[in-house]
Amino acid sequence: MAYAAAAPHKSMTLGEAGSAIAFAALALLSIIIAAKAYTPEYAFHAYLFAAGSVAAVFAIVNRYYERPAELPPLTIDGKPNYNMGPVKFGTIASVFWGIAGFTIGLLIALQLAFPALNFDTAWLSFGRMRPLHTSAVIFAFGGNVLIASSFYVVQRTCRARLVGDLTPWFVVLGYNFFIVIAGTGYLLGITQGKEYAEPEWYADLWLTVVWVAYFLVFLGTIMRRKEQHIYVANWFYIAFILTIAVLHLGNNATIPVSIFSPKSYIVWSGVQDALVQWWYGHNAVGFFLTAGFLAIMYYFIPKRAERPVYSYRLSIIHFWALIFLYIWAGPHHLHYTALPDWAQTLGMTFSIMLWMPSWGGMINGLMTLSGAWDKLRTDPVLRMMVVSVAFYGMSTFEGPLMSVKAVNSLSHYTDWTIGHVHSGALGWVAYISFGALYCLVPWLWNKERLYSMKAVSWHFWISTLGIVLYISSMWVAGILQGLMWRAYTALGFLEYSFIETVEAMHPFYVIRALGGALFVAGSLIMAWNVWKTITAGEDVREQLPQATQPVLVAAE
Amino acid sequence: MSLWSRHKIFETNSIVLVIGVLIVIAIGGLVEIVPLFYLKSTIEKVEGIRPYTPLELAGRNIYVREGCYNCHSQMVRPLRDEVERYGHYSLAAESMYDRPFQWGSKRTGPDLARLGNKYSDDWHRDHLKDPRALVPGSIMPSYPWLEQNELDLTKITQDMKVQATLGVPYTPDMIEKAASDVLTQASADDPNSVDLAKRYPKAQSRTFGGNPRKVTEADALIAYLQMLGTQVDFKLYDNKANVR
Amino acid sequence: MPATYKFFAEFAQTWGLLYFVAVFLAVLIYALAPSRKNRFDAAARMPLQED
Repeated sequence: MAYAAAAPHKSMTLGEAGSAIAFAALALLSIIIAAKAYTPEYAFHAYLFAAGSVAAVFAIVNRYYERPAELPPLTIDGKPNYNMGPVKFGTIASVFWGIAGFTIGLLIALQLAFPALNFDTAWLSFGRMRPLHTSAVIFAFGGNVLIASSFYVVQRTCRARLVGDLTPWFVVLGYNFFIVIAGTGYLLGITQGKEYAEPEWYADLWLTVVWVAYFLVFLGTIMRRKEQHIYVANWFYIAFILTIAVLHLGNNATIPVSIFSPKSYIVWSGVQDALVQWWYGHNAVGFFLTAGFLAIMYYFIPKRAERPVYSYRLSIIHFWALIFLYIWAGPHHLHYTALPDWAQTLGMTFSIMLWMPSWGGMINGLMTLSGAWDKLRTDPVLRMMVVSVAFYGMSTFEGPLMSVKAVNSLSHYTDWTIGHVHSGALGWVAYISFGALYCLVPWLWNKERLYSMKAVSWHFWISTLGIVLYISSMWVAGILQGLMWRAYTALGFLEYSFIETVEAMHPFYVIRALGGALFVAGSLIMAWNVWKTITAGEDVREQLPQATQPVLVAAE
Repeated sequence: MSLWSRHKIFETNSIVLVIGVLIVIAIGGLVEIVPLFYLKSTIEKVEGIRPYTPLELAGRNIYVREGCYNCHSQMVRPLRDEVERYGHYSLAAESMYDRPFQWGSKRTGPDLARLGNKYSDDWHRDHLKDPRALVPGSIMPSYPWLEQNELDLTKITQDMKVQATLGVPYTPDMIEKAASDVLTQASADDPNSVDLAKRYPKAQSRTFGGNPRKVTEADALIAYLQMLGTQVDFKLYDNKANVR
Repeated sequence: MPATYKFFAEFAQTWGLLYFVAVFLAVLIYALAPSRKNRFDAAARMPLQED
């Protein structure tokens, strides 16, 4: 019908018509499922799918009427016509989900110190909130940063417009819809019960479709490039996208009880399920939280420092070594369990070897600053990114240490692990993300600079204090906990009951929550700064023709 | 078409990169995971391991739903203090019917692999309702809704059918009697409990949640908790037979 | 091919090791070969040379 109404020379593309029809069909299917759903929670999700699909159909048709007959050109006056709309959306979404995820983290930290904060309410209880926290920070915050930055970097380094007209939008919006389904599902008790892979079968299926689209847009844009060489950041993005796809499919191989039931059962069981889970879980760290953010490091640090990466050759060697070694490291999450010893030993060995490529990456990031260290004093954004690389180095040293079986026998099951994770998650992942966001916002909205550099400094110092409180309290808590569990009296009895070890944690849980609160405060400052930059920042002045040549000569 | 041929050489490069990444990441996963399915020594042969009864399975699903694995492990490691604190170290066979596995990664609360029969049903019921009434220093959330929510029995047959498809040895007889087995196991003096114990050796039947009038989620969860780690008789278990 | 632990372990510790060393050397040669120096130097400057 949309076709008939259009002017003769304007017609819907195959993609527009096809996606509109596909979403209409999905809406119909969702309504049928909602009507016959086994549980009201699942019916709610089916209605969300229906509403989302109807909105998609409306958006596609509406956009078609609004747009000119011709699709946007790939180049304007010989310059690439970049598609930054989806990047802007992902940037804003990252800030939003970041604050949401950090705040939920603060809540669950407080719940462990003051259990009354569970409010005797199912959806607010720790067991449901904790997956919400982990998914919100990893997949919602981190994921949006990765998608936004990858779409930016691939366009700029390939000097080509993103492939597809609707598809890039489908990727960012579809991904954020997945997050809504996953997050509300946890609160309603819909979970697979596998750490960092809690979303149920239908959310997983949806994510698979979105992810394939993401891969195709990314790879298609690379194929469109004008440069012969593929810049190393894109290598890391490709490894991240591909490996996450493989891990997602392997770890979520489930059979639903029925299409009308949110529940599914995994095809792996027991010890095999355990290894598949940690093959997934550790490589979610390795490829989502490491490879993806290394890609950010390899673009944004050289760009911000206005210097090429320290050693391009090192980046190639550490890329292949990193992706090869990471995959093996999963079994170190299962030391001394019923997993066969040979698998544990392999996991430990490769985890220790992993130290080398990890530090290869760290050295490459840090040394990019060589000869320009003074910029750390003057540019708080660069400082944030460089500190993040230092945290990366620290956590990737601590990780191999904790994978040694003797150390692991003490550290495993304790809060030491939580401290380790957060030195990586807050120090590395969040800081490099903040750095990238601080770079991206002025670039995307054509602003001369951030609204307030002072605010960036405040953000940096407040959240650094938060991280220090967080990780040091968790180190002490974890080691104390581990030692108390294995303490014996002179007569050869266990010295402490379990509850005594729980009570001993209380002060550290309070300090940790304080650290978390500081981190949340820092992220609020960032949100304010981003908002002010977009709404009140100074626009980029029109460039004079002679200013187009590179201004980088002095950097060498 | 001219565009295609002009860029072909570069496109080949990105495909080479994609294939290279796939090969490199496949090696580690394949070498570690595939042998687990083929080496017979992975899961030791032990007497006494049986699939969950329908009530225990429903309870386990509640355990998963509430995210208990976020704070409780179900994996006793062969370390002196753990064996003394919790009991015999866990065997791979003990979780062979666990979908998903719930070994956990954190002990904010104690390990639960050998929880079965350590506390009374009453203790569990009161503890789930208000942990601090029994353990003042506890930081566990309260779960008062479990003993109010009636257990949904209508779909348990379907759950068992899917598990049977995946290789859990549920017989057609077990699947057919699933709903009535739930009622039998959750009541105190049901004569069918003898039959139930034949289908599921050592299955205990009683009003776990303490409410004889209806089967609640608390009944199911406590039935599950009370069987955890009780299937293998470690007086008869010979660990030398399974040296790996 | 006997599916025993011993068989797999021996295979991995001989041929497997040799294979990995060979692949690693190949990566080293690719990355460090002097003939590719200029190409990699140019690639490193890509982010700095956008319009």
